[in-house]
Amino acid sequence: MKVHEYQARQMFADRGVPVPPGAIATTNVEAHDIAARYNKPVMVKAQVLVGGRGKAGGVKYAENPEAARVLAMKILGMDIKGETVRKVLVTEAVEILSESYVGIVLDRAAQKPVIMVSSAGGVDIEEVATKTPEKIHKMHVDPVVGLRPYQARDLAYCLFKDIGQVRKAADILMKLYQTFWEVDASLVEINPLVTVTGGDVQAIDAKVNIDDNGLFRHPEIAAMRDLDAENPVEVKAREADLSFVKLDGSVGCIVNGAGLAMATMDLVKRYGGEPANFLDIGGSSNPQKVVTAIQIILEDPNVRSILINIFGGITRCDDVATGIVEAFKQFRPAVPIVVRLTGTNEKEAKKILSSIKLPSADTLDNVVKMAISLAGQTA
Amino acid sequence: MSIFIDKKTTLIVQGITGRDGSFHAEQMKKYGTNVVGGVTPGKGGSKIAGIPVFNTMQEAVAATKANTSVIYVPPAFAGDAIYEAVAAGIKLVVCVTEGVPANDMMKAVPYVKQHGARLIGPNCPGLISPGQSKVGILPGNIVQPGSIGVVSRSGTLTYEAIWALTLAGLGQSTCVGIGGDQVIGTNFIDCLAAFQADPATKGIVMIGEIGGSDEEEAAAFIKKHVTKPVVSFIAGQTAPPGKRMGHAGAIVSGGSGTAEGKIKALNAAGIPVAGSPTELPDLMKEAFKKAKGGRSAKTSAKTGAAAKIKKAATKTAAKTTVKPVVKKTGKKK
Repeated sequence: MKVHEYQARQMFADRGVPVPPGAIATTNVEAHDIAARYNKPVMVKAQVLVGGRGKAGGVKYAENPEAARVLAMKILGMDIKGETVRKVLVTEAVEILSESYVGIVLDRAAQKPVIMVSSAGGVDIEEVATKTPEKIHKMHVDPVVGLRPYQARDLAYCLFKDIGQVRKAADILMKLYQTFWEVDASLVEINPLVTVTGGDVQAIDAKVNIDDNGLFRHPEIAAMRDLDAENPVEVKAREADLSFVKLDGSVGCIVNGAGLAMATMDLVKRYGGEPANFLDIGGSSNPQKVVTAIQIILEDPNVRSILINIFGGITRCDDVATGIVEAFKQFRPAVPIVVRLTGTNEKEAKKILSSIKLPSADTLDNVVKMAISLAGQTA
Repeated sequence: MSIFIDKKTTLIVQGITGRDGSFHAEQMKKYGTNVVGGVTPGKGGSKIAGIPVFNTMQEAVAATKANTSVIYVPPAFAGDAIYEAVAAGIKLVVCVTEGVPANDMMKAVPYVKQHGARLIGPNCPGLISPGQSKVGILPGNIVQPGSIGVVSRSGTLTYEAIWALTLAGLGQSTCVGIGGDQVIGTNFIDCLAAFQADPATKGIVMIGEIGGSDEEEAAAFIKKHVTKPVVSFIAGQTAPPGKRMGHAGAIVSGGSGTAEGKIKALNAAGIPVAGSPTELPDLMKEAFKKAKGGRSAKTSAKTGAAAKIKKAATKTAAKTTVKPVVKKTGKKK
C-alpha cells in the first residue's frame, strides 16, 4: 500500500528525522494562510501517489502567501497521470546546498533489508542505477541484529566528509531504518536528503510503501489508504476479499488461485484475445464471492465474454456452480459466460449448472478459446 | 524415494482445531500421512479425527517424537508457530498460511537455518510424495507415483500441471509448492538440488511466475549442476508492471522480475519453456528423448559438479557412470 508524502513525512518526523515545517491545504485559501503563518517562501507540493509530480508541474516554489494561493489554485484539481490532486503540502522552502538519496528496501534475493545511499540526489534513482551505478552505495542489514551505528556511519561517510554532517546523516539513517521496521514498510526513501545553510541535514521529500501483509497490525496506517487514488472497482474487489487487477481487454476472467489466474490471462493473449482483468477468488468455496466476482467484471464496459476457470482442490466446484446460478438469478449477465470446472465435486457442479445451460469446456485451453470466440461474436 | 517427505514422515498439525487445520488434518490422514498429533493452546487432551491434540509443540514432540509439522494458523501467529516448531526439534516445517508479514519471515528464515531445520513456505500448498505422504493441501486424487519432480511457486496452477502429467502417464516423485511470497524458506535451487540427488526423480518440472530472480538463479544452477532434464512454465507474461498479482511475491518492480526475463534466462540455459501448463507433459517427453540421445556428452560435461550432489544418494542413477572429471571433454550446452 502506498501513502502520500505528507503521511510518510509524519512517520519520519515522529521518529526524529528533521523535516522543514509543513502543513496540508485542501483549498487555495488554506495554502495562503499556511504560507502567511510561516512568513517565509514555501514549496507547494501536489499530494499524489504517482511519481513524476515535479515534471507535471505539481511541485512549485512560492515567494509569498499570494503566490502560494495562486499556485495552490492551479495545482489542486490538476490531473497527474490519472490521479486528481486533492491536497497540497505547503512546506517552508530551504536553501539547498547539496542533495543526496537515501533509501531502504527489501532485497528479496538476500532476504534482508538493503540500505542504498547516493550523492546523486534529487533525481530519478532508477536512472542513476542504470547510467552511473557506481554512485550508489549499498549495505545489507542483518534483520535479526538490526542496523548498527557504525554501519550508518560508514554509509554517511559515502555522502559527507564533515564529521558533523556525517553524524547527522548517520542518525537519520538509524531513524529511517527504525521507521522501515516499525511500520512494516517494503520501501522507505528520502530523495532528496539535503544539507542547508547552517549545516543542518533535512529530509525534504518522503516516500513509504507498506507491506500489505503488515497492514493488519497497523490499523491506523491501513486507515490512511487513499481510496480516491484507487480504481473504484479494485476497491470493491478488495472489500469482497477478491484479488483483482483491471486490464484493457474484452475477455473477463474468474479463476481460483493467483498463479492459475495469471496463466489463464496469458493464455487468453496467446490464443489471440485480450484479458479484461486478473481476478483470483481464492481458496474458499463461498458462492457469494462468485456472485460478487461476476458483478464486478460486468461493470467493465469493455467485457464481451467471461470465462470461469476453476481447478478445485479445496475449492468445491459445486459451490462455485451454486454461485453462478445465484448470479444468474440476481441479474441476467448481458455477456456470454463459459465455464470450466475440474476437480472436487465436478459432477455435482455440472448438475447444478444444467438449469442455466451455460457453455462449458473440460480443459484450460478450451475454456480460453471458447471465451475468445464468444467475445468476438458479441463485439 | 522422494524428497523432503516420505513414509517415515511423522506429522504434527499446528492449529489443528481451526477450520482449515481440522479439515486438512483429516484429509492428510485419509491420504495415508502419518499424522501423529496436533497443537492448539487450550485444547490439549481433545482429539480431531482421532488425532491427539496437545497444548504446546514441546508437549506434542515429547509425546510423539514427530519430525515434521504443518502450520494452519492466522498470519499474526504464523511466525511464532515456526519458532515454536523448530525450538521443539521439528526438522521440516511447512507453513501454508498466506499473509505473513515479510518482516516476520526475514527473522524466522535465518532462525530455521541456524537450527538445521527446513522451512517450506509460507503461502504454499505444501508438498506431496505420491503413495507415501502428503503435508499440506495438495489434492491427493490428481497425483500418481512416478519419477517426475515438480516444484512451483503456485497452488492451483501446480495442480493443473500435475493433473496434465498424470493424464499423460508421467507420475510424480514429489511435488513441492514453495509458496508465492517474497521471503520463503525453501527456493527453487534447494528443490532442484534435492531432485538431482534423488534416485527416484528422473525429470523435473519447474513452475515460476513474475517477481524476484529465483527462476534466473535456478537457470544458472541447472546449467552447472543438474543433469536430469528440466522443463518449465512461467506465469504472468500479461501482468502489468508495478501491480501485485495476488501473491505477495508476484510483482514486476522497476522493470525486473518480468516473465520475459525469466523465460529468456531459462532458454539461454537450455531449458524449454511451455506456452501452456498443459503442454508440459509433451515437453518433458521430448526432453527425455533428447537426454537419451545426447546422454554421454551431457554427463561428462557436468559430472564433476553433479558428482558432489550425488554423493548423498545410496544408488547411482541407473543409466550413467560417474567418472572423475578434471576437464570438460563433452559438448558444452
